[in-house]
Amino acid sequence: MTQTVSRPGSGAQQKPLPLDVEAIRADFPILSRTVRDGKRLVYLDSGATSQKPRSVLDAERWFYENVNAAPHRGAHQLAEEATGAYEEARSTIARFIGARTDEVVFTRNSTESINLVAYALSNAATAKEPEFRRYAVGQGDEIVVTEMEHHANLVPWQQLCERTGATLRWLGLTDDGRLDLSDLATVVNERTKLVAVTQQSNILGTINPLGGIVARAREVGALVLVDGAQSVPHQPVDVTELGADFLVFSGHKMLGPTGVGVLWGRYDVLDALPPFLTGGSMIEVVRMEGSSFMPPPQRFEAGVPMTAQVIGLAAAVEYLERLGMDDVQAHEEALTAYALDRLAEIPGVTVIGPPDTVARGGAISFTVEGIHPHDVGQVLDDQGIAVRVGHHCAWPVVRRYGVPATTRATFYVHTGYDDIDALADGIRKAQQFFGVVPAEEA
Amino acid sequence: MQLEAMYQEIILDHYRNPHGRGLREPFEAEVHHVNPTCGDEVTLRVHLEGDTIADVSYEGMGCSISQASVSAMYDLVIGKSVLQALETGDHFMTLMQAKGDPSVAEKLEDELEDAVAFAGVSKYPARIKCALMSWMALKDASARALGAQS
Repeated sequence: MTQTVSRPGSGAQQKPLPLDVEAIRADFPILSRTVRDGKRLVYLDSGATSQKPRSVLDAERWFYENVNAAPHRGAHQLAEEATGAYEEARSTIARFIGARTDEVVFTRNSTESINLVAYALSNAATAKEPEFRRYAVGQGDEIVVTEMEHHANLVPWQQLCERTGATLRWLGLTDDGRLDLSDLATVVNERTKLVAVTQQSNILGTINPLGGIVARAREVGALVLVDGAQSVPHQPVDVTELGADFLVFSGHKMLGPTGVGVLWGRYDVLDALPPFLTGGSMIEVVRMEGSSFMPPPQRFEAGVPMTAQVIGLAAAVEYLERLGMDDVQAHEEALTAYALDRLAEIPGVTVIGPPDTVARGGAISFTVEGIHPHDVGQVLDDQGIAVRVGHHCAWPVVRRYGVPATTRATFYVHTGYDDIDALADGIRKAQQFFGVVPAEEA
Repeated sequence: MQLEAMYQEIILDHYRNPHGRGLREPFEAEVHHVNPTCGDEVTLRVHLEGDTIADVSYEGMGCSISQASVSAMYDLVIGKSVLQALETGDHFMTLMQAKGDPSVAEKLEDELEDAVAFAGVSKYPARIKCALMSWMALKDASARALGAQS
């Protein structure tokens, strides 16, 4: 497709897509299977977890078939090669986000990365090493989040406050699905120890203007943690431009395996934090009376790591780099514009979140008047369309917008206009099935 | 199209015109149950006369399956003893575990009346909890109501 076309019977515009959808689909084995009695799989749930290209699966298999050994232990050849492959993968992933290699810590997922920081901040208060107490959180301190956060970037901070006696504060939302920054200067203040904010909402699709928040946090000397679970897979993210202290993301949402996530931290900050999980790999010297710990990133990687998954994630990063993150972002923006237009044409459909593509990613939540989101999802599933239904692990957001739940479609590199047409047709079918529109209108 | 197998006309009727909906007095126990994966919720009250369920009243929000299930349950349990009602609940649980096996539904037709229409739901593991939520709430509320009596 080289020029913008309109779909017959619709005003929605199909701009040329930067990515070759058919070629990309051929890289994903799962997209060739059928579901629900022979229907093509229309996978619009990448926001929950992404599908994996063959190169990622091959990388994991390559590791197990050729080099499998525990990295950073043993002196045999396999141990050397496994260590080399693991550390090379760390460099690849660091380069992807513009980071120093020794600032990248591997965790299980974004959730664990956030918990790592939250527990390090409360462990700091009781650390026997004075150098680990610099960022201790306690009574009188404040932690700031937003009402837009995924439970993973909310509950660990609630728990940190309960453990330490600190106070949780938050920035609210505007009616059109954006952060309400009108009280930023009072919510983020001299008592604030850390601001935790998502770069892109998993439910609203909103891309947040982090510059002002980071600047305010700097003024008051607070740390900033950015939840990149929904941004790093979908747009170029460079930690040197971000200005934050921490960035977290999950491998499985960016074409990589499950079981591997990343915590990026500014080196001097990581170096001043006590460990979260302790045990093998992360120690320097162990005596019965006590132990000392390795510098970052090893200090935060206790136990034999998820080596094959890390190598799979590096392969996912290389796949995304070949596509180009600018093109990935532009691709999803074109799809989002088209999807917003197509949904706007259906009577009774309301999008929860920004109504246009300005600072907005490819996650579209919506409600269909008269049909519960679960039932919408069920009718879509019957046509082979996989979407997410429910509160999307962001219960305060659905509560804020006065709906019990939403149906959510999320896009990625293999998504094409045909997928969005299938979604729009599917919604109309749901309306027909539940009799909420006259048959001739649906 | 397998949708009709799950969304039986009886289920859609209960969803559109729920039986016994609304919270009423008197009651001995009130419970609030949620389905944490989707946010569906039900508030349910039980009123006993002796050990007979004299009234079950409820308010809730949720999908068609969860809302129709509570309505069909209302029809089934009023006038039964708590023990009988819980037995019916066990039959409903058996139906939900049947993975769509029609012979299970056939055997339970007398015990479950309209609720046997939920047989199709048992083919969809993600929706079984929607159908079971009200039964779990009833079990909880009746135990509390009996406890309040003794």
